[in-house]
Amino acid sequence: MRAADAFVRALEKEGVEVVFGIPGGAILEIYDALYDSNIKHITTRHEQGATHAADGYARASGKVGVAFATSGPGATNTVTGIANAYMDSSPIVVFTGQVARSLIGNDAFQEADITGITMPITKHNYLVTDPKKLLRIVKEAFHIASTGRPGPVLVDIPKDVSQADIEFDYPSKIELMGYKPKYEGHPMQIKKAAELIMKSERPIILAGGGVKIANANKELTELAETIPAFVVTTLMGKGSISEYHPLCLGFVGMHGSKYANYALSESDLIIAVGCRFSDRTIGNTALFAPDAKIIHIDIDPAEIGKNVRVDVPIVGDAKRILSQLIKVIQYKQRKEWEEKVREWREKFPLKYSKQGFKPQYVIEKACEFFPDAIITTEVGQNQMWAAQFFKVKHPRQFISSGGLGTMGFGFPAAMGAKVACPDREVIDIAGDGSFLMNIQELATCVHYEIPVKVFILNNGYLGMVRQWQQLFYKERYSATCIGCEKVSFEKIANGFGALGITVEKASEVESALRIVKENKDVPVVVDFRVDFQANVFPMVPPGKGLKDIIEGE
Amino acid sequence: MKYTIAVLVENKPGVLARVASLFRRRGFNIESLTVGTTEREDLSRMTIVVNGDEKVLEQVTKQLNKLIEVIKVSDVTMNSVERELCLIRVNSPPEKRGEIIELTNIFRGRIVDVAKDSFIIEITGDEDKINAFIDLMRIYGIKEVARTGKVAMVRGGRNSEK
Repeated sequence: MRAADAFVRALEKEGVEVVFGIPGGAILEIYDALYDSNIKHITTRHEQGATHAADGYARASGKVGVAFATSGPGATNTVTGIANAYMDSSPIVVFTGQVARSLIGNDAFQEADITGITMPITKHNYLVTDPKKLLRIVKEAFHIASTGRPGPVLVDIPKDVSQADIEFDYPSKIELMGYKPKYEGHPMQIKKAAELIMKSERPIILAGGGVKIANANKELTELAETIPAFVVTTLMGKGSISEYHPLCLGFVGMHGSKYANYALSESDLIIAVGCRFSDRTIGNTALFAPDAKIIHIDIDPAEIGKNVRVDVPIVGDAKRILSQLIKVIQYKQRKEWEEKVREWREKFPLKYSKQGFKPQYVIEKACEFFPDAIITTEVGQNQMWAAQFFKVKHPRQFISSGGLGTMGFGFPAAMGAKVACPDREVIDIAGDGSFLMNIQELATCVHYEIPVKVFILNNGYLGMVRQWQQLFYKERYSATCIGCEKVSFEKIANGFGALGITVEKASEVESALRIVKENKDVPVVVDFRVDFQANVFPMVPPGKGLKDIIEGE
Repeated sequence: MKYTIAVLVENKPGVLARVASLFRRRGFNIESLTVGTTEREDLSRMTIVVNGDEKVLEQVTKQLNKLIEVIKVSDVTMNSVERELCLIRVNSPPEKRGEIIELTNIFRGRIVDVAKDSFIIEITGDEDKINAFIDLMRIYGIKEVARTGKVAMVRGGRNSEK
C-alpha cells in the first residue's frame, strides 16, 4: 500500500475527524490520499491559522488537533502556532511534508530543517527516514501529544517516504522506553498535603490550566467546598471552577482583581493545581505570598520548584490526586479569613468608568447576551478585559494564548473551536491590531461556513503597549498608533462575504449584539469603536509584588 | 559546584542535538560532554559535567528526563570512578627528553609519538591528575592539548543505570 494511503488510514484509526492545513509540493502525496478519506480538511489561508485552529480545536474538545503543511515556508509558518501550543500545553500534531530524502541537506527548493527549528518548541518531533517506521511514528506522535503533560508533536515526512510502498500494520499499543508519565499521586505526599490543609487558617486554591486539561473541574470545586477554600485561577485556569461559584475569586496576577491578589498574598497555604507560577501570575517571586506554605500538584515534575519553593510537591494527574485528597480532609470553618476576603471583595470590586464608550462595557454586555459562548481572545488589553469581565461557567469555555502571548491567535482558534463544537456560539474577543494579524482566515470561515463571531475592541492602538508607554515610558507613544479608526472592518467583512457591523457608541451595543444573535449561521465581525484611552486596571507593575497592585482609570 | 551526570539515551540520530539544545535553551553551562556506546547496541551513554548549584542540577535532571529519548539520568558526582584521556604535544629538545620521559612514567602516561623536537604524550586519570600533569609540562612548552572530557561510573556493585 502507498505510504500516504497507509498514513491517512492511521489518522482514521486515531479518530481524527478534521485536519487544518494547506497543501503544497512536498505533501501532495498525502493530500492525494486524503481525497479518498472521510476526514474533513479545512484549507486555511495561512499555516499559522492552521496550527492555531488545531490548537483551538484541541482546547475546546479535549481531543488532539491536527495540522498539515508543506515543506519549507509552509513548515516555517507553523512555528508560532507550535510554540503557542507548547507554552500552553495543548495537544496538537503537525505533519509537514519534506523534500525527498536524497535532497535533504542540499538546500533544495522549499527545504527547511523544520525538526531542527522546532526542537525547543515541541514536546517531541520526528523526521521519518524509513517508510517502514512511518506508522509507528504516527502512533507515537498521538500518544506523546495527548498523554502526560500534553504538547505539540511535529512529524516531518519526506516526499519519497510518502510515495513508498509499505504494509498497513498499525500498532495498537506502544511502549516508549524513556516516556512514562506518572498519573498516581504518592499517598504519603497526599497525606502530608491533607495535614497542611487541616492546619491552615487561611487556605487558598490556585488553579491553573492543568485543571482543565485533566478534566478535574468537578474535583476542584468539590475540594474548594470541602475545605472550604477560596479559589483564584491563573489566566489559563479561568473556568476551572465556575466563576459564578461563591468561592471563586476569579483570576489573579498582573491584571487580576485586587481582592484575588490580596487573598493569594495573605494566605497561609496555597494549594496550586496544574499551574507553573509564571511571572504574570505571581509578580516578583521574592515578594510572593510570604506567609504561605505551598502544595504543588502537577503532572510535570520539572515544574515543581522551578519558579517558587514548594513544601509539598505531588506529581501526577490532577483529577486522581484531587479525588484522593478530598477523601482525607474534613470541613473546617475559618470565619476570620472568610470575613477578611469578603471585606476585600466588597471594598475593591473590578470597576471602570462608565463615561463614554468603554471596552469593558462591551465585554459585560457580551457576557450577558452570550453567557455560554466559547470565548477566545487575542492578546493585550482585549484579553485582559475579557478575562476580567466575561464570567465563565464551563471548563473549556475560555481559550486564550497565555504563555506565548500570540497576537493573532484568537480568531483562528475560534475557528477551530467552532469546528469542534458546532452547536456552541464561539466569539473571538479581539483588538484591532491582533485581528489584523490573521484576518485572512475570514475567507476560510466564509468558504466553509464556520460562523464564528469577532468582537473587535477597536481603539486604533496596540493598546497594551500604549498603556505601558503611558505608565512607564513618560507617554512617549513610540510606534503604537496603528490608526484603525480609519479602517472599515465592516467593509472588510463584507468584502470577504461575512457580515460586518460598526458600533460607534455604547447605546448601540445591545442592538448590535441582538443582530449577532439573530445571525447564528454566518460569520460576523463587529467593530466596536471604543474610547482609545481606556486602560486595564488594576495592575501589578512589572517587578512588583502582588500586593503592590495599583488602581486607575 | 561541578556535578557529573550520567545520561542513558536511545542510540538514535539527533539525540545529542536535543540534549545540547536543551542546555543552551535553559541556560545551563556544560563543562564537558562525552557520548559513547554502551553494553547495549540501542543505548548510548552521555557523561555531562555541569556547573551550577543544587537548583540547577535539579532542573537539569528534570528537564533531561522530559526528553522522550532520555531513559535515565543519574547524578554520579559522589562515589564514582571518573576518568578522562588527554593527548599533549609538548616541546622536547634533546636535553629535556629524559626529564619528560621520567615525569610521564611517574604519571603512568605513555609517549605515543616522537618527533624531532616534540612528543605526544597520552595520559589518563581524573581531572586533577591531568591538570597537574599539564601544569608540569608547561615549562617545556605545550604546543597542543586534546582532552576527551570525563566518563564516570558509580563504585561498588550498584549499577547506576538500572
